[in-house]
Amino acid sequence: MSLTGLFLILFLIVHCYINAQIFYNDGGVRFNEAAHFMGTNFVIRTVELGLFAFLILHIVQGLLLWAKNRSRRSVGYTVSAGNKTSPWYSRSMALLGTLVLLFLIVHLSKFWGPNRLSQTTGHGELPLYNMMKEEFSNMWVVVIYLCGCFALAWHLVHGFYSAFQTLGMGTHRYKGLIKGTGVAFAIIVPIIFALMPIAFYLQWIA
Amino acid sequence: MEHYNMNLTLKVWKQKNNKAKGAFETYKVSGISSEMSFLEMFDVLNEQLVAENKEPIAFDHDCREGICGMCSMYINGRAHGPWHQTTTCQLHMREYKDGDTIVVEPWRANSFPVIKDLVVDRSAFDRIVAAGGYISVNTGNAQDANCLPVDKQRADESFAAATCIGCGACVAACPNTSAMLFVSAKVSHLALLPQGEPERKSRAVNMIHQMDTEDFGSCTNIGACEAECPKGISLENIARLNREYLGAMFSGSKEA
Amino acid sequence: MALNSKIPSGQLDSKWKTYKSTCKLVNPANKRSLEIIVVGTGLAGASAAATLGEMGYKVKAFCFQDSPRRAHSIAAQGGINAAKNYQNDGDSTYRLFYDTIKGGDYRAREGNVHRLAEVSANIIDQCVAQGVPFAREYGGLLSNRSFGGTQVQRTFYAAGQTGQQLLIGAYQGLERQVSLGNVEMHSRHEMLEIVMVDGKARGIIARNLVTGELERHFGHAVLLCTGGYGNVFYLSTNAMGSNVTAAWKAHKQGAFFGNPCYTQIHPTCIPVSGDHQSKLTLMSESLRNDGRIWVPKAKGDNRKATDIPEEERDYYLERRYPAFGNLVPRDVASRAAKERCDAGFGVGSSKMAVYLDFASAIERYGKVEAHKQGLHTTDKNTIMALGRDVVKEKYGNLFDMYAKITGENPYEIPMRIYPAVHYTMGGLWVDYELMTTVPNLYALGEANFSDHGANRLGASALMQGLADGYFVIPYTLGNNLANDISTKAIPTDHPAFVAAEKDVNDRINRLMNIKGTESVESFHKRLGKIMWDKCGMARNAKGLTEAIEEIKALRKEFWSNVRVPGDIKEFNPELDKAGRVADFLELGELMCIDALNRNESCGGHFREESQTEEGEAQRDDEHFMFVSAWEYKADSQFELHKEALDYEVVHPSARSYK
Repeated sequence: MSLTGLFLILFLIVHCYINAQIFYNDGGVRFNEAAHFMGTNFVIRTVELGLFAFLILHIVQGLLLWAKNRSRRSVGYTVSAGNKTSPWYSRSMALLGTLVLLFLIVHLSKFWGPNRLSQTTGHGELPLYNMMKEEFSNMWVVVIYLCGCFALAWHLVHGFYSAFQTLGMGTHRYKGLIKGTGVAFAIIVPIIFALMPIAFYLQWIA
Repeated sequence: MEHYNMNLTLKVWKQKNNKAKGAFETYKVSGISSEMSFLEMFDVLNEQLVAENKEPIAFDHDCREGICGMCSMYINGRAHGPWHQTTTCQLHMREYKDGDTIVVEPWRANSFPVIKDLVVDRSAFDRIVAAGGYISVNTGNAQDANCLPVDKQRADESFAAATCIGCGACVAACPNTSAMLFVSAKVSHLALLPQGEPERKSRAVNMIHQMDTEDFGSCTNIGACEAECPKGISLENIARLNREYLGAMFSGSKEA
Repeated sequence: MALNSKIPSGQLDSKWKTYKSTCKLVNPANKRSLEIIVVGTGLAGASAAATLGEMGYKVKAFCFQDSPRRAHSIAAQGGINAAKNYQNDGDSTYRLFYDTIKGGDYRAREGNVHRLAEVSANIIDQCVAQGVPFAREYGGLLSNRSFGGTQVQRTFYAAGQTGQQLLIGAYQGLERQVSLGNVEMHSRHEMLEIVMVDGKARGIIARNLVTGELERHFGHAVLLCTGGYGNVFYLSTNAMGSNVTAAWKAHKQGAFFGNPCYTQIHPTCIPVSGDHQSKLTLMSESLRNDGRIWVPKAKGDNRKATDIPEEERDYYLERRYPAFGNLVPRDVASRAAKERCDAGFGVGSSKMAVYLDFASAIERYGKVEAHKQGLHTTDKNTIMALGRDVVKEKYGNLFDMYAKITGENPYEIPMRIYPAVHYTMGGLWVDYELMTTVPNLYALGEANFSDHGANRLGASALMQGLADGYFVIPYTLGNNLANDISTKAIPTDHPAFVAAEKDVNDRINRLMNIKGTESVESFHKRLGKIMWDKCGMARNAKGLTEAIEEIKALRKEFWSNVRVPGDIKEFNPELDKAGRVADFLELGELMCIDALNRNESCGGHFREESQTEEGEAQRDDEHFMFVSAWEYKADSQFELHKEALDYEVVHPSARSYK
C-alpha cells in the first residue's frame, strides 16, 4: 500500500502542476502545451501504463486489506470507541478510497478517456482546455469534483503519514515533520485541484 | 477527595464457553463507593450473584496493580476503560456517577477467542514470543554485566518498549485486530540493545511470520493501539519494526 | 525423622565451590530421558524450567495464569541485590552474606545464604545477557541504588519495574525452550496433588482450569516454584490468585513446612480505604531512599500535612534509628509505624497511616539540577519544578499508581502509607539441595523457607528466586537424578496416579456438594481478619490461642456452609478459589501454632511478650536458635522437628540499626 501510495502521491504533484497552468489565465496556451507533452511523449505514456498498474494494485491491495481486516473480528463491539482513540479518517481509508475511485471513474470518462480514444483512433488530441470550460459550467459536475477533492484530502491526511510510517520513518525525530508535511500536502494539493472547476464555474478565467 | 456512593446499571457480556453464543445481561449494583477499583465493583456484583444463587461473571485478573497484564475488559467502548494509560484493575469508580450505565465486553478478536464471559485466550502472544522474542543465551554463558556498556538513551528506549505487559489492549482497540504494537515492543526492546544484535534480523522475520500465522489483522497505522496502551508503548516501535523487517528482507534474511 | 540439611563441610566460602566440583552429573543422553515437572513460572520456576530445558531435560511447566509471564514476580518493583561492588563502596560477597544473615535476624542458614551471595553476581550477568534493560548511567554502565538494611549501593533496578523486567527475561528464555521443544508449557493449569510412587514424588495431578478436566503428569522429579502464602491474610500485596495450594498438598504428602509464622509486613503500602478492599498495593522500598517518613508531633493533629510546620513533625525513624534512618529493614519500619498509629499519632481519615514525604528530596534534586543547568536561581517554585522532574524519572510509575488509587497528587502532598503483608519467609523446608523432606520433591524461590531467616531484606527475593532457578537447581537436581537414570517413565495408569486423581476428584465433588449459603470470598475475608488481628504485626499467646480455635471453627463452617456456584467441568474461578481458601484455612492454623510455639521476637515475628524496654524485638537465641519444621500428622496435628542453626562465621548479636 505504502509504495503504490507514494507513487500516486508523486503523480498527484505532476498532475497538480499541470492543472495549475490554467491559472496563467492565458486562454489555456500553457496548459495545452503541457497537456500535449504529457499526452504524446513516449516516456510519459510508458509511465502512464505503470501508473495504471500501480493504481489498480493500490485499489486491489486496499480492498483485500480491508476485507481481511474486517474478517478478523467476527463478533464486533456493541459500543465503539469512535473518535476517542483515533481520528475517523484513519479508520475510513477504504471508504474514502472508494469515493476517490468513483470520482476517478467520472473524471477519466470525461477527459482522459475520450482524449486517448480520439488519439488512438487517429483523430488526434482533443481540446482539453475548452472541454474543461464547458464541463465546469455545469454546477453538478463542479459539485462532484469538489466532493472528489474532499475525499482525496482526507485520504491523503492519513495516507501520506501512513506511507512513511509503514516504511519505518515514523521516528521520534521525523514523525512531526512527516505528519505536518502530510497535512499540508493534503490541504494544498486538493485545494489547487478544487480551484479549477470553481475558477471555471465562476468564470475567474476565460 | 470527596467520597460518594452510587447505584449503577451494568450490561455485561455473558458467554458460557467458546462454542456457545453469547449475549448481554443487565445487572444492577448499589452502594458502590467512589473509592473502589473497577474490579472491586465486579467483586461486589459477583458476591451479589452468588448470594442470589446465580453464576458469577468470569473475568481475568491477578495482580490488581497494573503490571501482570491479566485484566482485560472493554468498558463503554474503551479497552481498559476511559483512563489514559491505565489497566482495568487500576481504573477507579470515582470516574462514574450515580445512575450511570456501563457496558462491559470482552476483548474481541478472532485471534483471542472467548473462553468464558469476559475471559479470552491470549496464548497467541506466547507463541509469537516463542517464535523469536528472546536472546539465545543459555544460563552460564554470560560475561560480566559491565563488559558491554549501553548508551543510556538506547537503554532507556529499550526499557520503555520492554514495559509492555502483554495485555492485548492494542489488539482489542485496533479496528483491524492487529498485534503490531505488541510485536514491535518486543522487537524494539531487544533490537535496541547490543545483546540483541546477532539475532536482530531473524527475530523480526520470525515474529512477524508467527503473527501472521495467528490470524491477527494488518496494521494500517490508525494509532488506536497507542492511545489505549496502558503502558504508553509508542507507535515509533511499529516504525522500528517496519525498518527491522524491511532491512531483514533486503538483506535476504530468511526465517530461521 | 532427623532433619539433614546436607550443608557441605569445609570453609564457608568453599562449600558451594566444593559441592559444584564434586556433585554427580547426568550425561546429555540420559538427560533427554529424564522428565522434570516445574509448577509455577515466576522467577524461580521460569528460570529453572528454561535452564533445565537448555541442559536437555524434558521439562513440563505449569502455571494457573493464562501465560507464564503473569506470575506475581512481575509485580516486584524496587530491585535485585548483587555483590558486584560496582560502586566501589566496600561491598563484597561476604558483606551481602552478612547483611542478609543479620537482616534475617540470625534465623537463616549460613551455608545457603553464602551461596546466595556468591551467585548473586552471576544473576546480573545472566540477566543483562538476556536483554534485561537495567537502569544505566550516562557512561553506559549499570546504575545502583540503596535499599533497606544495608549501607552500600548494591541494588540493580529497572525503574520501579525490576521484577517485570527480570521475569520477562526468564519468560523469554522459557519460551525459547518451548519453541525448541524442550519445555512443554501448560498454562491455566493448577496443580492439585503430588503423586507419590515408592516414597518418591513422581508426578502431579493438575486441573485444566478451562475445561475442568483432571490430568495426570509424570516426572522423575517435581519442582514447586509456587511462591508465598501471604494471601492467607486476605489483604496483602500478593496477586489475587497467589496461593499455598501446591505447597500445602506437598506438606500433606510429607514435606515439612519450615517457619510458617515468618511473615513480612512491608512498611510502605497504600492504606486500606474501606471494606471493599480486595488487595493492597505496595509503594516500593526504593522510595525510602528519598522519602522521609513522619507523623505529627501532636496527637490527633487534623491539619493538612502541608500546613504542619517542620518543627511540629516527628521523623520517628530518623529519631529512633539515626544510623539507618528511613532505610531500616522492613520489620523495624513496619513496627515503628504501627507503634505511632496505635499511640494515636496516625494520619488520614482512618488514622492508620503515616506520611512518606518527598518535599525535601524534590528540593534537594531541584537544587542539583539548577546547578547542573547553570541557573543561579533561588526561586523555590523553579527549584521544586526541576526537582519534581528528577523524582518523576526515578519513581514516576509509582507516583502515577498512587495517584490513580488514592486520587491525590503525591508530588504536592505527602503519600499516606501503612504496613501490609507482603512476603512469607516461611515455606516448605528444604535442604541445601533445595529438596524437601519428600524425595524428588523440590521447592524453589519464595515457596521454600531457606535464605531469609525471620526477615527478608528488600531486593533479595528476586535474587533468591533467580539464584535457585538459574544457578542452584541445575547442579543439585543432577546430583540426585544421577541415581535415577535407569528409572523408566512411569505410565500414568499406575495405581498411584489413579488413587491421587480420585482423591482430588472426591475433594472437588465435596466442595461442590456443600451447596451452603456463604461465598468463598466471605470465608476468605473472615480468615484474613483473624490472621491480621491475631497473627499479624504483633502477636501474643492469648491471641494466638484464640486464633487457633477460631480458625478451626471457621474451617468447620466452611466445609458445611460454603457455596460454590457453577459446574466442575467448566471454567469456574469460584471453584478454583474455594480449593485455595480451603488450604489457607488449614495453613492459617499451622501459622498460629508456629507463632505460639516461638516465644521470642525475631525479624518479622514479633511476640509482645518478648521485647526490650524500648519496644525493640528481643530474640531468645538460647531457646529458639532453630528452624521449626512441621510435619503433618492429621487434621490439626502437626509435629515439630527442629533444625539447629550453627553459626560458624557470624556471631549472632542484638540486631541494631541505631
